[in-house]
Amino acid sequence: MSREGVFLLVMSALPFLGALIPGLMIRAGRTACATFAAVPTALALTMLLILAPSVMQGEVIRVELDWLPQLGLSVSFFLDGLGLLFAGMILGVGLLVTLYARFYLSSDDPMGQFYTYLLLFQGAMLGIVLSDNILLLLIFWELTSLSSFLLIGYWKHLPEGRQGARMALAVTGGGGLAMIGGMLILGNIAGSYNLTDILTQGDAIRASEWYLPALILILLGAFTKSAQFPFHFWLPHAMAAPTPVSAYLHSATMVKAGVFLLARMWPVLAGTDAWFYIVATTGLITMVLGALIALFKNDLKALLAYSTVSHLGLLTMLLGFGTKFAAIVAVFHIINHLTFKAALFMTAGIVDHAVHSRDIKRLGGLRHLMPITFVIGTVAALSMAGIPLFNGFLSKEMMLDEAARTGWAGSAWVVPALATLGALLSVAYSFRFIMHVFFGPVRDDYPAEPHDPPFGLWAAPALLVVGVVLIGLVPALVVGPLVAVAGGAVIGGGELPYYSLKIWHGVTPALFMSAAAVLGGLLLLWRHAPLDRVWLAAPRPEAKVIFDRLIAAAVSLARRITDRAHDGAMSRYLAIFVVATVALGAVAWTGGGTPPPTRGLQPVPLVVAIGWALLLVAAVSVVVTHRSRFLALVLISIIGLMISAGFVYLSAPDLALTQIAVETVTIMLLLLALHFLPKTTPIESGWFRRIRDGMIAAAAGGGVGALAYVFLLRDVDTISGYHLENSYVGGGGTNVVNVILVDFRGYDTYGEIIVLAIAGLVIFAAIEALLSGPAAARIRNTNYTQDRSRDRHPLMMVVATRVMMPIAIMVGVYIFLRGHNQPGGGFVAGLVISIALLMQYMASGFAWAQARQRIGYHTMIGWGVLIAGLTGAAAWLAGRPFLTSAFGYVHLPPIEEFELATAMAFDLGVFLAVLGAVMLMLYSLSRIARYAGETQNADPMDFDPSERKTDPKEGV
Amino acid sequence: MIAIALWFAFACFGLGLLMTAWRMVVGPDAADRILALDTMVINVIALFMVYGILRGTTIYYEAAMLVAMVGFVSTVAYCRFVLRGDIIE
Repeated sequence: MSREGVFLLVMSALPFLGALIPGLMIRAGRTACATFAAVPTALALTMLLILAPSVMQGEVIRVELDWLPQLGLSVSFFLDGLGLLFAGMILGVGLLVTLYARFYLSSDDPMGQFYTYLLLFQGAMLGIVLSDNILLLLIFWELTSLSSFLLIGYWKHLPEGRQGARMALAVTGGGGLAMIGGMLILGNIAGSYNLTDILTQGDAIRASEWYLPALILILLGAFTKSAQFPFHFWLPHAMAAPTPVSAYLHSATMVKAGVFLLARMWPVLAGTDAWFYIVATTGLITMVLGALIALFKNDLKALLAYSTVSHLGLLTMLLGFGTKFAAIVAVFHIINHLTFKAALFMTAGIVDHAVHSRDIKRLGGLRHLMPITFVIGTVAALSMAGIPLFNGFLSKEMMLDEAARTGWAGSAWVVPALATLGALLSVAYSFRFIMHVFFGPVRDDYPAEPHDPPFGLWAAPALLVVGVVLIGLVPALVVGPLVAVAGGAVIGGGELPYYSLKIWHGVTPALFMSAAAVLGGLLLLWRHAPLDRVWLAAPRPEAKVIFDRLIAAAVSLARRITDRAHDGAMSRYLAIFVVATVALGAVAWTGGGTPPPTRGLQPVPLVVAIGWALLLVAAVSVVVTHRSRFLALVLISIIGLMISAGFVYLSAPDLALTQIAVETVTIMLLLLALHFLPKTTPIESGWFRRIRDGMIAAAAGGGVGALAYVFLLRDVDTISGYHLENSYVGGGGTNVVNVILVDFRGYDTYGEIIVLAIAGLVIFAAIEALLSGPAAARIRNTNYTQDRSRDRHPLMMVVATRVMMPIAIMVGVYIFLRGHNQPGGGFVAGLVISIALLMQYMASGFAWAQARQRIGYHTMIGWGVLIAGLTGAAAWLAGRPFLTSAFGYVHLPPIEEFELATAMAFDLGVFLAVLGAVMLMLYSLSRIARYAGETQNADPMDFDPSERKTDPKEGV
Repeated sequence: MIAIALWFAFACFGLGLLMTAWRMVVGPDAADRILALDTMVINVIALFMVYGILRGTTIYYEAAMLVAMVGFVSTVAYCRFVLRGDIIE
């Protein structure tokens, strides 16, 4: 990996690593927090500047690390001209915003959080512009949606902030989903998810029949992000965010992501009619519409938001034209828009800060009161209007020049006319910004005393404005090389078209259009008051209302479907699931042919037939008697017993052991719960439903039976052979079932014990909630006592279980140790030991047994999962994949040689997790009884003969 | 000789299973059924042993031991439920 490559990697990781710092540094004070938030950005910017010279010479810096090669996903970054431009913007403006926010945020705002969100967002943006893998790009794309959600909703106490954040997330996140589809299609066409590969395959992609779907899906992502019509409505609502966020997200970064994507994909997707008509038209509409709305907005930030929408439309339109010249102009305008728009947002923030209002109707006459702000704001706004000597003029002229040469559906005047109209409106709202805020008479009813802000607040916009002027005066000198290299990257290499960055191009059509725009704009501003009244009186669709209705409709539709499918009745879920499965099975069955049977039927021994008959009898009896719940439980035991006998007969002793142990534990759980439930099930369904449900059940059972029958009569290739061959060689065990559990499928087992652990903890939590919730009073007030036997803890049973205890533990240990080579293992051993412990609870009473339980069940669960995980991770130390087992033989005289396998430590984890989870479940359930007012015993036995002897008073 | 003995034993325990199943179905009491289940477990243990002898392996012996050890626990649990309502007091 080259030095440059390492720099690139570190650079993209820096904001994410840095995001951890502000949250900690806020304790050291606000200035320290801001300073440390600036460090990662400044470092990354420095690295970018070190890399910049070679990129400016046309070199492309790459770095690639495998992440999920099976999916084509790699951590690969590349830095070309376009990436350099955007990364510079993201980091440079990031630095300015960090400075600005330090002075903007009030002491009540949690500043550490702010900088953390900001850096997360910055990292995500940087990832987008540097990704060389489109899957990686998608990940960063979604990350920007998420982190911008946090930033927009930063002022959590404002409902507009929360709603705006939600709307932004819904719109940009939805577009992101569409884009995932588009990118996958694109990757499929190109045969690679690497951007550099995709960029070389433009012709193949444009010729593909999948081009249009991919284009539309990707454009959906880009248009939603860049607030293009009809998705433009989220951007103004996102203005509820603090101004530094608006300045960052809505001038330089987030909304430019869509434009970036259009530029990045330009060599591949542009140049077709579909591209031109979709992209250029959308851009054109957005440009005019955004400018029109901006003219009538009274909130400064809303005005700027719609102006941003308009300028994004302009950029989209330029890229949509599909000519190389237009693409270069777009790159140039991206730079210009960044400088003046970020400065304008910051100016709006300063005005808001000083006057406590952003309402144009309450402002005016500020030029004498806030001279510094006035100069900054005016220069930036003049640039936005496209007035000569400022940078906005240059790119606008070039845009008009290109528009004048573009026809639309055979008409030569549509594009030039609308582009001029857009420029005209742009002039109008820009001058309105200057005139209505800074000019006019000084008022005496400002909400607060206007004053120029401290240096820290105006330093950032001032710097940007210096850029505005410098680029405006000597464009070729300041940004010429950057435009060339970034533009070259957009158009995908080759000759750059002829263009010149200068103020005077001679008398061209663009000059007339520009002049018309300025004159018309001033005219509009002069007649603004009457026009404003017309605008307010005219009916306009309110985007937020429509959006809210759409969301409400979607929610109610989803709720209707959910309520029908999941009405809370278990029988409904089961019916849906079983019918769907049977239907799928039937489709599959009728779809393919079945080969003739290759095996004959086996003879049925008498005892097996008896067992089968018992199963049938028990199953039918459960159906008949299921309303008596206790009886059904007893009958279910027969089924469990017969199944474990079946396992023994079919040479699966492991399964038989597990089955019988699980059966016992389950019965106890059910009995514990049944104590607090009605002992009979009431009749709630009619005959029709019962017959219908019976038919569904019969179809499913019969189907599974038939399937098993068909399979057993045929030789089918299975993976058993592989397991049998490799069990000893690869896993060091002769018990294939155990080796599968702890080695071949160790990952599954690890997941399963975690699930079991979670289940145990959830039952504990659910009972905890039950006992502290509204149901608690009912439990307390219900009398669960029945006609009880007075033998609470019979002597016989106490003594028997105590004698049994060591034997049962020994059996458990034996089964555990032997598990790797003979039937057994951690799972069964855990169950056996838990049954042994349960015997003590049952016989000697809860309090007595619990007092002797030294290790908490939560602890056991935790250690179990931890040990299993650490064992798996230990394989990494040996440089092998997770959970690879190792084994060896140890000889310790006088014991015979024995085997030690790492799988044993893993099995120990399984054992502890199973034991802990089972005991925690039973413990939790039996707590209800104590809560319901049951007395506890101090002594293990009802009558202890040994006490009688030692008590002298009682005598014998 | 041993084969005949084994098949005789199988027949006996099988018959035992059927008879316990009969008691299970007709009841009439919960106590009858719990006892029937317990007897059924014992018959199954016996079957495991006989099957082990037939196949000449000790594996089934352990299965039988485990069934004996935990089968009794369910019986106790059922009985405690009938007698006391709560099985862990």
